[in-house]
Amino acid sequence: MNRKKFMGVMLLAGCVTVAMATLGWSGEDERWEHERGERGEHGVLPVTSGVEPVMNKTYKAECSACHFAYPAGLLPERSWVKIMNNLDDHFGDNASLNKETRETIENYLRGHAADHIPNRFSRSILRSVDENQTPMRITETGYFVHKHREIPARMVADNPQVKSFSNCLACHSSATHGSFDEHGVRIPGFGRWED
Amino acid sequence: MKRYMLAVTVLLSAQAAVASEAVIQGQLEQYRSQGAGPFNAANGEAMWQKQHMQEKLGKEVNCASCHGANLKEAGSHIKTGKRIEALAPSVNPERFGDAEKIEKWFGRNCTWTWGRECTAQEKGDILTFLKAQ
Ligand code: HEC
Ligand code: HEC
Ligand code: HEC
Repeated sequence: MNRKKFMGVMLLAGCVTVAMATLGWSGEDERWEHERGERGEHGVLPVTSGVEPVMNKTYKAECSACHFAYPAGLLPERSWVKIMNNLDDHFGDNASLNKETRETIENYLRGHAADHIPNRFSRSILRSVDENQTPMRITETGYFVHKHREIPARMVADNPQVKSFSNCLACHSSATHGSFDEHGVRIPGFGRWED
Repeated sequence: MKRYMLAVTVLLSAQAAVASEAVIQGQLEQYRSQGAGPFNAANGEAMWQKQHMQEKLGKEVNCASCHGANLKEAGSHIKTGKRIEALAPSVNPERFGDAEKIEKWFGRNCTWTWGRECTAQEKGDILTFLKAQ
């Protein structure tokens, strides 16, 4: 495509987008994509671009043994409560803790859950979950599924260096700092993700 | 300066090794007080390798399924893929420094891998095998 034609297409695409937005049209794909436009709408609330990185020492020590310590802001409070009260049957593993440790961690997770953290990922996740539902996984929320829908199984389940979508750190190497930016993604064995 | 740093590092890791040795001896003593012993590293190794059917996974597993075939190298969690640092105290001085941690993981890993708790005798044999790595 030559440059002029390309610009033309872009301009047309832009017009179509604006037209759709004006008509209030919202396709399946765009349902959770409002987050960028919404920034600043809430004035006083600072909307940060990453997710708050994990800060609690006990949480980090106990919940990062078998997988990366997921940021609290990626699930609603009710999900953390349910997870923390079913640790003896935790996704087929036994992750039980003594009462004191369990309570420390539950309090931390509840206080920093998606309902209480004003960043765009947390908001998008909250919005993608039905109010009557309590997801046990980040990876089953509508927003997560939507963001990862184009990634084929051969890069995840069939990739010995990844194994599972729950293995965030395999592809998002800055996840421990709370960054999931789509431009920093590298899939082991396949390289940088370009879409 | 470099030499000094080296000396400090060697000293610190030697101290960590001593710490884990003391913690392990304390555990062995406790198992003995429960009627177990004497402990045998070869039995420990055989148990470490023995395959068991993990019902939820639908696969045969053993302790090496997550800790890896070579204890001096890092392993990887069979389900999540997360890296698990080497278990051998000779290469990882942070191992076996905390009795509560050891018991917590015996509790979790025996039930997950073997479908039941480990006995005091089994834990003693396994620790005797692991500490020599
Ligand atoms: C003994 C190992 C173990 C420990 C300890 C553990 N987990 Fe997990 N966790 C797992 C496994 C296995 C899965 C499922 C991973 C998969 O499906 O790939 C999981 C999944 C999860 C998920 C869902 C991830 C997703 O798919 O979105 C959350 C949330 C979670 N764990 C939270 C915790 C919390 C909180 C703690 C600390 C109290 C904890 N875990 C400790 C083994 C563990
Ligand atoms: C197999 C690799 C892989 C794994 C594992 C993975 N992701 Fe992603 N993730 C991606 C890719 C690729 C994108 C960008 C998709 C796109 O934009 O087309 C992405 C995008 C995202 C986004 C949106 C980023 C943005 O700027 O809009 C978030 C948030 C995210 N991932 C969170 C997670 C979390 C949390 C986990 C673990 C529970 C996880 N991801 C696991 C590959 C992965
Ligand atoms: C499903 C994965 C998995 C299997 C199978 C497994 N382990 Fe573990 N094990 C772990 C994880 C995760 C840790 C804690 C992470 C860490 O300390 O790096 C751990 C830690 C330990 C520890 C504590 C080490 C320390 O520094 O105190 C001992 C002891 C242990 N495992 C023994 C066993 C024995 C015995 C078996 C077989 C009966 C076994 N493991 C099977 C995942 C597993």
